[in-house]
Amino acid sequence: MSAGAGPEIDGAVKAQFPLLERSVHGRPIVYLDSAASSQKPAAVLDAMDDYYRTVNANVHRGAYEIAAAATEQMEQARTDVARFISAPSADEIVFTKNATEAMNLVARSWGGSNLGPADAIVLTEMEHHANIVPWHILAAERGFEIRWIPITHDGCLDLTHLDRLLDGAKLLSVTAMSNVLGTLNPIPRLAAAAHDAGALLSVDASQYVPHLPTDVGELGADFMVFTGHKMCGPTGVGVLWARMELLDAMPPFLGGGEMILDVTKDGFRPNTVPHKFEAGTPPIAEIVGLGAAVRYLEGLGMDAVRAHEVSLTGYALRTLTDRHGDDITVHGPSEPAQRGGVLSFVYRDVHPHDISQVLDQSGVCVRAGHHCAKPLMRCLGVSATTRASLYVYNDTSDVDSLAEALDEVGALFGH
Amino acid sequence: MAGLEDLYREIILDHYRNPRNRGELECPPARRSEGFNPLCGDEVVLTFEMDGDIVTDLRVGGYGCSISQASASMMSAAVIGKTIDEIRDLTRSFKAMMSIHEESIGGDGSEALDGAGESDGSTDGALRLGDLEALRGVVKFPVRIKCATLGWNALATGLDETVEAS
Repeated sequence: MSAGAGPEIDGAVKAQFPLLERSVHGRPIVYLDSAASSQKPAAVLDAMDDYYRTVNANVHRGAYEIAAAATEQMEQARTDVARFISAPSADEIVFTKNATEAMNLVARSWGGSNLGPADAIVLTEMEHHANIVPWHILAAERGFEIRWIPITHDGCLDLTHLDRLLDGAKLLSVTAMSNVLGTLNPIPRLAAAAHDAGALLSVDASQYVPHLPTDVGELGADFMVFTGHKMCGPTGVGVLWARMELLDAMPPFLGGGEMILDVTKDGFRPNTVPHKFEAGTPPIAEIVGLGAAVRYLEGLGMDAVRAHEVSLTGYALRTLTDRHGDDITVHGPSEPAQRGGVLSFVYRDVHPHDISQVLDQSGVCVRAGHHCAKPLMRCLGVSATTRASLYVYNDTSDVDSLAEALDEVGALFGH
Repeated sequence: MAGLEDLYREIILDHYRNPRNRGELECPPARRSEGFNPLCGDEVVLTFEMDGDIVTDLRVGGYGCSISQASASMMSAAVIGKTIDEIRDLTRSFKAMMSIHEESIGGDGSEALDGAGESDGSTDGALRLGDLEALRGVVKFPVRIKCATLGWNALATGLDETVEAS
């Protein structure tokens, strides 16, 4: 495993997140929307505040003390992130705005120079729009085919025809963990199948890296994208990891300062990887914050984070079912070990917007809607779901609050 | 602090549980107009028949949250039998009630519209909102305003297309 097991996650963790001390509508906040964005520990807030108060200067090419310090902090974060996902080299870590931009980078730069009318790529029905729309945009320009791996009734990938779908494809791009169903997909198996077919594997790990020990080598990925704000870091910074030979061969994505070695009136020579893909002043404070988030999670131990979430997910599945019986249906795999702590559910026939509105009055924060996965919503036969998602700072009392607050939904909308 | 009772008034829940004029008319002769909220996937499908400039019948289809469906149901009850001009007047009054801007001018919202009603007399749209007044509390939950106006926007679009086509 890439991160050692720390002590067991306990109540002390919650106290490290300042926002979780506040109340909402006179009730203690119960934050169950970490799949959308996580809360931030004081260690991350302090690192960013300290950066702005004592270090702030633009990175690279500054000879003076604080510019060198800013560069050093940013590059330290790159090293931290590389270590966190067991990347062979920190130079393979490209900082982007978010996972969406990272996926657009892969589509535009790699896809734009490798996909044409005779080609095909493979996606799955459970992808987030960020792993669908960039390919739709590119396919409209370049005319390649998009194939889809279907899902089973319990929210797993149906791999019956995987080999046929991959036949002649150049890329398989798949989420490591569904942001709606919590399903953990068999990435190493998919990597082997893709590579056997001569295709590359791109992994949307936005819901995976924050919650499980991650080793890009073990996963077998060629590209992997994730975002800072779902893993205790700030918004505004995401990551693309890819194998160096791929990054080397790919053309630049955005043009501007920092991504060049030389510029003339006739053209430019691109910088080396990763700077080739980091045009303009980067989100320095956010990158520093992401580095602090990585070190925070390493301090907890990702094995301990995962163990905590498996345990809490099991508790949530039992508690919701025990209390609400047939009134509640939780989508996705029923076995906690096969899923993350993302619980999309249907409660009676009450619309998700109404559920989340009523829960809010009890301070319970859950998300309602299509979760940027409309093809999946159509597969499930629903227009929206209510989604509660768990993280390191959640405990059984949060799950109990959710289960109790659902009683009020029943009381208001009951028959 | 706005409480749930401001949003989920009994008459709203009644329209949600027992929607009026639910269904779909055959097109043609009926006309069809759809409203879609891409944020939450809610959908309202209106089919309506005209006699001259009077909406003689209207049916509501689609799916969505209690506010979008109840508002469309209440709208259907309010507009059948009215002329296009009367419906547009009612729509203006309803959307004024749903406006955060009006709310900020009028404090709790009721003053601005009640005040307008006094100066304009009993023909003012605000005074004819009737049951629709129950939706006033939605303004205190700004995220839900788009739910409440979904059906109204669909109807406005449908009537505009009807006028353009004639």
